[in-house]
Amino acid sequence: MGWIANALNSSIGKKFIMALTGVCLLLFLIIHLINNLTLYGGPELFNTVVKNLEGIKPLVRVIELILVLIFVFHIYDAIRVWYGNKKARPINYKINASAENSTLFSRTMIWSGSIIFIFLVIHLRTFWVSFNLGHPLAQSHNYYEIVVQAFRDPVYSLFYVVAIILLGFHLKHGFQSAFQTFGWNNNKYFPMVRKLGDIYTYIMVIGFASIPIYFLFFYGGN
Amino acid sequence: MEEKKLNLTLKIWRQAAPDAAGGFQEYKVYVSPDSSFLEMLDELNNELESQNLDPIAFESDCREGICGTCGLVINGHPHGPIPKIATCQLHMRHFKDGDTIWVEPFRAKAFPVIKDLMVDRSAFDRIMEAGGFISVNTGSVPDGNAIPIPKDIASEAMDSASCIGCGACVAACKNASAMLFVSAKVSQFALLPQGQPERYRRVQAMVKKMDELGFGACSNTYACEAECPKGISIKNIARMNREFIKAKVKTEEIDV
Ligand code: HEM
Ligand code: SF4
Ligand code: FES
Repeated sequence: MGWIANALNSSIGKKFIMALTGVCLLLFLIIHLINNLTLYGGPELFNTVVKNLEGIKPLVRVIELILVLIFVFHIYDAIRVWYGNKKARPINYKINASAENSTLFSRTMIWSGSIIFIFLVIHLRTFWVSFNLGHPLAQSHNYYEIVVQAFRDPVYSLFYVVAIILLGFHLKHGFQSAFQTFGWNNNKYFPMVRKLGDIYTYIMVIGFASIPIYFLFFYGGN
Repeated sequence: MEEKKLNLTLKIWRQAAPDAAGGFQEYKVYVSPDSSFLEMLDELNNELESQNLDPIAFESDCREGICGTCGLVINGHPHGPIPKIATCQLHMRHFKDGDTIWVEPFRAKAFPVIKDLMVDRSAFDRIMEAGGFISVNTGSVPDGNAIPIPKDIASEAMDSASCIGCGACVAACKNASAMLFVSAKVSQFALLPQGQPERYRRVQAMVKKMDELGFGACSNTYACEAECPKGISIKNIARMNREFIKAKVKTEEIDV
């Protein structure tokens, strides 16, 4: 079985795992966004959706566990790859022309990723913990009100918007990068993959960022 | 017509030996716009030698963009700011009177500096050795039609084979990754019938060697393609990823 470990610890193997887990996360974000957009249907719709998810708790738990594993592998290899890459270039150039030969997004994946991670911890602390660990509003199934209370705070909402924009940086590079890592680069399809990645990124950023802005706008004053 | 000569300030990395500390030294030069970058350095070296100073060590051989020895990082660009040429093909007319030009060696753990601007690129030879042989019959000239190869495949293999092994991809990459070079070498054989028998062993052995030598992984920034003097495409990297994954999944040999 050593050959599997060898394959996955090679430079291409590590990137393969990152791309595989990255694509799973890209798909997860689509589902998460659809779920969140039900907030625009008002308290009744959103609370019913969350309550229905409560009804299939064991399944939700399994999916959550898989998600955690996906994140763990993505981050574990992110750190390993980043560290190895730093070691490969111990001395930096005095004059660096990287801005002229590559995109900012592609060069800052570890930083956009790290912000996403910090965001994730705070995000889970606010919502996952409240929804799951006996917040009084959750017990009365008024999940919508938890969202209202969180985003009423302008600082909190602003943090969300900034983090989601940085998520957009990660997605813009990551989407097409994963295809390249899988070896799916071809003159016919790759321009489409890039377009699709940009469209995906815009939908995700606008979709997710609109929510804190919406709640701040309608509930921020009171 | 006599062109106006240029006054330039060069900031050149000087380092006496592999383990010595290095630093930038400033030189003023007065140079013809028709001069090539390396001719400018030759002139400067003549002058340094006439003053009994140590000349600047840099490498060159063919001076026509085919041997791959001449890589310098000029104002942050391996082989200078003009795309798809090697340092030896860069002419001073691309610079303006009064410019300051920074000249540095390639920076990579796997390419240690030998002296000044000269680096040891023999890590590339180790990767080529790991790739091993291809099976071709010796003897009389083979019949040109014995092994049919479609024109587009032949062209693609030829594009990959045009890599001159200069190492600019490593120098350009923030991770000092050798993926563009290695993928070009993997591709030139993987595409052709002659390269098939060792196809999967080759890609695994070359990637393994590349990792051992301390080159970084590929972040898909595509800086390599932008700086490569031969315009080697990142599609080669995609091909190598595909070949490597396929090799790991479908071949039975486990110790390559
Ligand atoms: C929802 C969250 C996330 C999504 C959708 C996502 C998606 C992706 C995708 C698709 C890639 C491209 C893989 C490739 O180049 O083949 C990628 C790369 C990367 N991700 Fe994430 N990621 C997420 C979270 C994170 C987090 C939390 C980190 C933490 C450090 C991180 C760090 C990285 C790094 C460093 C790379 C680039 C690796 C390299 O090639 O140098 N990501 N991500
Ligand atoms: S791929 Fe391009 S930059 Fe890299 S070694 Fe070959 S010719 Fe030089
Ligand atoms: S000296 Fe041969 S490529 Fe420049």
